Amino acid sequence: MTIKQILMLIPLLPLMAAAVVGIFRNYLPRTLAHVLTIAGVAASCALSVYVFNQTLNGFSLNESVYTWLNSGDIHFEVGFLIDNLSAMMMVVVTFVSLMVHIYTIGYMEEDPGYSRFFSYISLFTFSMLMLVMSNNFMQLFFGWEAVGLVSYLLIGFWFTRPTAIYANLKAFLVNRVGDFGFLLGIGMVLYYFGSLDYATVFQRAPELANTQVNLLGNTSWSLMTVTCLLLFVGAMGKSAQVPLHVWLPDSMEGPTPISALIHAATMVTAGIFMVARMSPLYELSTTALSTVMVIGAITALFMGFLGIIQNDIKRVVAYSTLSQLGYMTVALGASAYSVAIFHLMTHAFFKALLFLGAGSVIMGMHHDQDIRNMGNLKKYLPITWITSLIGSLALIGTPFFAGFYSKDSIIEAVELSHIPGSGFAYFAVIVGVFVTAFYSFRLYFLVFHGKEKWRQPHQTQDAHLNATDNAKHDTQEDSHAHDDHTHDDAHHHGLGPNDDPHEPGWVVTLPLILLAIPSFIIGYIAIEPMLFGTFFNNVIFVNAESHPAMAHLAHHYHEMMHSPAGMAMHGLTSLPFALAASGVLLSWFFYMKRPDIPAAIKQRCNLIYQVLENKYGFDSFNEKFFANGSRYLGKLLWQFGDITLIDGAMVNGTARVMGKIAARVRHLQSGLIYHYAFAMIIGVFLFMTFFIKIN
Amino acid sequence: MDNMQFDLLTLLPEMVVLAMAMFILLLDLFILPQNRFIIYGLSQFTLFAAAFFTFKTHTPAVGFAFNHMFIDDTLADVIKLMMYLGTSLIFVYTRKYLQDRNLYRGEFYAMVLFGLLGMMIMVSGHSMLTIYMGLELLSLCLYSLVAFDRDNKQASEAAMKYFVLGALASGMLLYGMSMLYGMTGSLDVADIANSIMQHQGKSPVMIMGLVFVVAGIAFKFGAVPFQMWVPDVYQGAPTPMTLIIGSVPKLAAYAMTVRLLVQGLHPLAQDWQDMMLLMAVLSIVIGNFSAIVQTNLKRMLAYSTISHVGFIMFGFMSANANGFASSFFYISTYVLMSIAGFGIILLLSRQGFEAEQIDDLKGLNQKNPWIAFLMLIIMFSMAGIPPTVGFYAKFTVLQAAWQAGFTWAVVSAVLMAVIGAFYYLNIVRKMYFDAPVGSQVAITAPMDMRFILSVHALGLLGLGLFPESLLGVCGRSLLMSLQ
Repeated sequence: MTIKQILMLIPLLPLMAAAVVGIFRNYLPRTLAHVLTIAGVAASCALSVYVFNQTLNGFSLNESVYTWLNSGDIHFEVGFLIDNLSAMMMVVVTFVSLMVHIYTIGYMEEDPGYSRFFSYISLFTFSMLMLVMSNNFMQLFFGWEAVGLVSYLLIGFWFTRPTAIYANLKAFLVNRVGDFGFLLGIGMVLYYFGSLDYATVFQRAPELANTQVNLLGNTSWSLMTVTCLLLFVGAMGKSAQVPLHVWLPDSMEGPTPISALIHAATMVTAGIFMVARMSPLYELSTTALSTVMVIGAITALFMGFLGIIQNDIKRVVAYSTLSQLGYMTVALGASAYSVAIFHLMTHAFFKALLFLGAGSVIMGMHHDQDIRNMGNLKKYLPITWITSLIGSLALIGTPFFAGFYSKDSIIEAVELSHIPGSGFAYFAVIVGVFVTAFYSFRLYFLVFHGKEKWRQPHQTQDAHLNATDNAKHDTQEDSHAHDDHTHDDAHHHGLGPNDDPHEPGWVVTLPLILLAIPSFIIGYIAIEPMLFGTFFNNVIFVNAESHPAMAHLAHHYHEMMHSPAGMAMHGLTSLPFALAASGVLLSWFFYMKRPDIPAAIKQRCNLIYQVLENKYGFDSFNEKFFANGSRYLGKLLWQFGDITLIDGAMVNGTARVMGKIAARVRHLQSGLIYHYAFAMIIGVFLFMTFFIKIN
Repeated sequence: MDNMQFDLLTLLPEMVVLAMAMFILLLDLFILPQNRFIIYGLSQFTLFAAAFFTFKTHTPAVGFAFNHMFIDDTLADVIKLMMYLGTSLIFVYTRKYLQDRNLYRGEFYAMVLFGLLGMMIMVSGHSMLTIYMGLELLSLCLYSLVAFDRDNKQASEAAMKYFVLGALASGMLLYGMSMLYGMTGSLDVADIANSIMQHQGKSPVMIMGLVFVVAGIAFKFGAVPFQMWVPDVYQGAPTPMTLIIGSVPKLAAYAMTVRLLVQGLHPLAQDWQDMMLLMAVLSIVIGNFSAIVQTNLKRMLAYSTISHVGFIMFGFMSANANGFASSFFYISTYVLMSIAGFGIILLLSRQGFEAEQIDDLKGLNQKNPWIAFLMLIIMFSMAGIPPTVGFYAKFTVLQAAWQAGFTWAVVSAVLMAVIGAFYYLNIVRKMYFDAPVGSQVAITAPMDMRFILSVHALGLLGLGLFPESLLGVCGRSLLMSLQ
């Protein structure tokens, strides 16, 4: 098999599995559904590893395999750009996807949509592979939209729940906004660069670096800045950056395996991947980089705060995902693309692990997701406990764990960056470390330690009150806009006071273990080649003169730390570690020792609490301004434009006039024979007069 | 009178029809009611034999008889063949209805065949006298056919109106002809044309003659302002008679127009063009507007006929071969459509029940989806919706008028066609979206009728998919006759 055929097989195997299982889902036994899709993804994963191995040995490929259509000079092609970046993404995507596939066997066991689910996640794997393997903007956009589609389908997987439908509609609409910008960006690229091919575009980029274009009347804009910002709008939508982040917390309505795969590990990082891929363009616009950095910093810090007050286990993890995506975006802004990709990779492992661990807890708790009903689960779910602990430690950046290397590198890169906004970004990411540690371990302690709270009189009542309370604050009209739908559907059974939670079977624990290993060690292994080696040579371009952060970072590393272990030892004495440790300690103190303190704070600082509870009011703002605004606009057009003008005046008006004329005309027919004869004679008479006189 | 021709062979189809009609009239006296199928069979056989002879004696060359009073050209042969087909379909569709109402009598068939003979003479008339004779033969048959169910008050009233107004129109036509004869000194259409050409004169008397002739033609067609009889007669007459009046005679009227106006009065084309224009636009407007408010299906179809006539006039007012050919195409598709439309009404009627209210079609799709589908095709075709043949009919006519420069008339006709689409689609709506009224009663029509009607309606679709076949025949036959 040639390498090209292998590359074709990698996305096509999951696609075929998805098609077969999807189309014949009512005829295939369940076992066959997961066997087929897992076989497809496993083969695809193995081949990706093989390709990755090749690229590590210097293989690279940029070739079109199929011309979709030609329009003038523009070719719409399907092609592959395989280098270290895409090969690494392929491995991460297929590996996490494989883990999620296996895990799903256990998680979705009793679901009637079993086969459909497998079909969707295989389709997702195909779409994501198309996205990362692409060598042109057209295919990138195809993959971009395809993953969006599958995400939409999976968020609304339980399509009988109103909350799920609300959430997937929201994800869809918000992503429309992002995709609109993205498409405009691609349009700019096509118009000014004359090509959709990455290589051609990157080649021409330096020539056009100082080009000014006239947009919006006659104002002059830097082509690179406008293009990069428009493309970044797409990334903001997909990677859930403020203010387009609002869909991600709600996407937790989907089944947990896809929260792990799509909304943590892979799809949401597509924006990060895309910006890294476009590094030759972004390097030409410091303005764009600054914007990217500031947006990322806002996301990293403020979304972290929200994680503190959530009580739904999945939502805590979701907000931590938002915050970590913010970290990656900050790294992009600091021109530390390789660091962003590095964090993307480590995050994919430990966040998938955390989500799957959360899923395991949810299964153990019989689909009760409220962490206030949990506690001391380490006794009943030992594997979940250990693996979640590893995930949490990786997330908060404990030295030697994967997250430490990537996150510390980000913090350092930001510190070394001097573009506008880097000061604020540094502050944000540093404070973010503390916040991350605090909410991660709040979750950890509440779930795995302390009292077995489900045995106490249930919090249901309280949670209910809380939920309705929330609803009041959230929106006046849409009752389904609130977050705490812990008790609003039949799926949530909860655990009885006398039941013991049980660790699910090996299909669930195996992926946890297999993900825990890279969460632990991947940073240690990969940091040197990825950040300071030649791994991203000819893939990612950094203009070292104007954006020297990355060069300084490498210099610093080689001077001070010498090795990954050295970096970890050095990290033990650094500010971020101190902050993380204090975050952990504080959460232990608050939630293990003195649970009355957080309650008291909640009482005292009601205003802040309310702000956080309302998620800074983004949802209500969108609801009031955009949703109502467009609804009013639509109503106006409907009432006035459609009903009054078109229907009323034009359509019905015409019909009315016709009806009136018709009613008149019918009176010509009197039924009396002499009237008829008279009409004939008059007709002849008029004709005669007319033609003899006129002609 | 020196080169007198007396070639009876040219008249062979007419003689067959005449002989058979008289034979049927006589035979009916000696036949038992239960054996009346013999009459029916003989009538169909007559049509077949006439078609056979028309086809066999057809030559591309033009033949004359009776000292150029009778012409046998390709146009005449094609129209006659269409008439046989139409009449044959009429016989098939009406049989059951007549049987149910005790009208299944030999006179009916004899009368229709005599009417057919009149039409054949009109088609082949090359002298104003022949044409008038044929017209009178046809008209007298039609009057009596309308009154055929003589105990039916409505029908009698309709017959009376038809007769009186028809007589008036005949008088006008004859008066106009006499003026033309007075001015040109000839009854022969070719001679009249030559005479007008030579004298160049367009005297007021000539115009008066023209107006009266046009009025006579317009009455036959049912064009505004000579349309008054149409709705009353259509509604009042028993449905089979409506079917007869509304279909095949239009072909004869077309032929008469070609003979009188195109071949005889072509030098005056500029004048009758304007008259046609006026009548065409008025017919389409008044026909369509009146049809909207009708609740009686037959009456609605009567007004729809008036608007169709308007479209046919559009072809004439172009006053060129292209326009005449498009009119011919329109009228032949119109005849097919209207026979099919009335065929459906006859199919749905049964003893003691006339399916002639539009509301009787409500929910037809639930009762009988196949018939509803056939009716849908017919209505689409009448409204002129592609891919039915009705679309091409309207299209060619309007195209011809457009090319002749009648822009605003074409635009208004298109607008009116949109209004016209309303009442056709209204029927489709009632059939498909309204709940059925009344109990479900099985269709009692015989198999042959159902089968032929199905083929017939599907043919409207087939012709719409391949309009070239019929369009080609119309165009070629007309060109061969106008040379």
